[in-house]
Amino acid sequence: MATLGHYTSKLTGPVAQSGQCLLFLMRMISSIRFSAAQVRSVLQQIYLIGARSLVIVMICGFFVGMVLSLQAINALEQFGASDQVSLLVVKSLFRELGPVLTALLFAGRAGTSVTAEIGLMKATNQIEAMELMAIDPIQIIALPRFIASLISLPLLTAMFNALAILGSVVFSIGVMDMDAGIFWSKLQTGIYFYKDFVGGMWKSLVFGGLVGLVAVFFGYTAKPTGAGVGTATTNTVVLSSVLILVFDFIMTSFFT
Amino acid sequence: MRPNYKVELASGIFLLLGIAALIWLAMRATDYGQEIGKDTYRISARFTNVADLRVKSPVKIAGVTVGMVESIVLDPVMFEAVVNMDIATRFNEIPSDTGASVLTSGVLGDRYIGLEPGGAPDVLVEGDELFITQSALILEQVIGKYLFNADSTEENR
Amino acid sequence: MEQAKIIKTAIRIRDLVFRRGRNTILDGISMDIQQGSIVAFMGPSGVGKTTILRLISGQLKPDEGTIEVNGQMVSRMSDRELHRFRRNIGVLLQDGALFTDLTVFENIATPLREHTDLPEPLLRRLVMSKLNAVGLGGIEDLMPHELSGGMARRVAFARAVVLDPGIMLYDEPMTGLDPIAVSTIRTLMRETNDALGLTSIVVTHNVTQMSQLVDYCYIMASAKIAGEGPPQELNSSTEPGVNQFMNGKMEGPIPFHYQTPGTPWGLLD
Repeated sequence: MATLGHYTSKLTGPVAQSGQCLLFLMRMISSIRFSAAQVRSVLQQIYLIGARSLVIVMICGFFVGMVLSLQAINALEQFGASDQVSLLVVKSLFRELGPVLTALLFAGRAGTSVTAEIGLMKATNQIEAMELMAIDPIQIIALPRFIASLISLPLLTAMFNALAILGSVVFSIGVMDMDAGIFWSKLQTGIYFYKDFVGGMWKSLVFGGLVGLVAVFFGYTAKPTGAGVGTATTNTVVLSSVLILVFDFIMTSFFT
Repeated sequence: MRPNYKVELASGIFLLLGIAALIWLAMRATDYGQEIGKDTYRISARFTNVADLRVKSPVKIAGVTVGMVESIVLDPVMFEAVVNMDIATRFNEIPSDTGASVLTSGVLGDRYIGLEPGGAPDVLVEGDELFITQSALILEQVIGKYLFNADSTEENR
Repeated sequence: MEQAKIIKTAIRIRDLVFRRGRNTILDGISMDIQQGSIVAFMGPSGVGKTTILRLISGQLKPDEGTIEVNGQMVSRMSDRELHRFRRNIGVLLQDGALFTDLTVFENIATPLREHTDLPEPLLRRLVMSKLNAVGLGGIEDLMPHELSGGMARRVAFARAVVLDPGIMLYDEPMTGLDPIAVSTIRTLMRETNDALGLTSIVVTHNVTQMSQLVDYCYIMASAKIAGEGPPQELNSSTEPGVNQFMNGKMEGPIPFHYQTPGTPWGLLD
């Protein structure tokens, strides 16, 4: 019986946890208030988790753009179609690589720090102190970080894409001596604003919500010990990465 | 308040940068904002086949973009493609006997509409239709025709 | 004795039972705490002292029994009533629990911002006056990690009293502090209590630090109250559990071994 219970709890554990996670989301949404203090703390979090992820996102974007162009030119040259390189690079960036890679970077850079920060707040009784002061920690601690992540990730994705295009320009125009006019005109006729660009941004918004929710939730439910915070941080990276890829497939198959 | 002010400034700059990147991407790297301007007049042309010509494909004279395809519809009676084009008002002296053809940029490139101006004194105005049209060359048909012709010449011998 | 009759009972606890899983943490505890007094819960670690604080503040619900604070039943409050009720309670937790991402000023201002709509200049004056009251005027722009342990505890104290609560709860307010900081905090607790007519409850296991401060003590052992009375009386008590604790002896009714069901110490496995 004990082993049976063990296995059922292994199965029901994740289900129960996702239920808790959804309830947590509802509690966050229901605690939204529009006050100057809230806006200020959201801004502060945008700085902490968004602006401070900017450099790593931009560097990665630039190199992704370069390597994509390199691969694309190699492949397209065989068909004499290296004119199409910008189209191939930017289409894959807008639709998949930009949102997904930025979200993965974001989960590693910002998601972990949010989880660790909230976990430490818990370990040092700060969350409990808030509850005792009749302050809702979900509203003060969790919500600003969630909203900041929701806002930051699409913007970071846009920067990633912009830098990747720059990387592609540097490589294909600067190094491979391709024609700049063709490069841009291919984009302006072949990349569709709604289907490619807006579609990718939607994904990025969803990923921002996912990473924010997972990070805040794991921080909030972390065991208030050093090891507990460490585990929670690892869980944040693992689960957000998996969820990003799963939702990427779901959104791609349903909305395109 | 002082340390907070710095943080808010930094996140404000981040937000502005992000939005700027969004707008730049949308305007520069997508078909958004490729409208030929607000001042346009609409003309149309009929083709028996437009192949993979698309909405927003460019309309060119001598290789210079003067407008873009606004819509492509099928005439339900004649079974011809009716292509509506928006031409920028600053190109308002295109002769009325101008011809239109569906062309390809490069061997495998995108389709566009090429206009070849005629010599008539009248100019095109809103609602005019182009009568001299040439449909898209479809590669398979061209090859098929070539093979058929080659066969028939052999038979004729 | 005549005085005792006019003094109101601030907190009334009756037959309180609290269980966690199979363990009974509190078993049938009753007490009356008078308004204006400082009361200590003392006892060995893990005996459920902190649990009582959480029950009084409504964080936990008792399994049986009632808790009445100023005539209100804490154990039956809805979330909304609890929210209003907690504005009247100041809490100082074990290590201060300052919010690490806020400055000292914002830490103290947080309860005010949450529960009042004071204009910024007034709020600033209120915060500064509390900060001056704990002798730390001028550090309002520092972050908590820049403070020493004693300073952090005083800031936390200022934060706890900023809403002028009627009841103060202290959870080990003096652990980990140097002797000077201990007497500073002790003086602050006493003076604030008498000046504002608060009712204070202190949870601690440190006998010597407390006996100079509190008016009345409850000694807890094995989920029950082992003894109660003013500290001087308890010091000379002959009750075995109380005597063991007050004098720090190993022998006595409070066991050395952790009590487990089944065979002891896993020796026979």
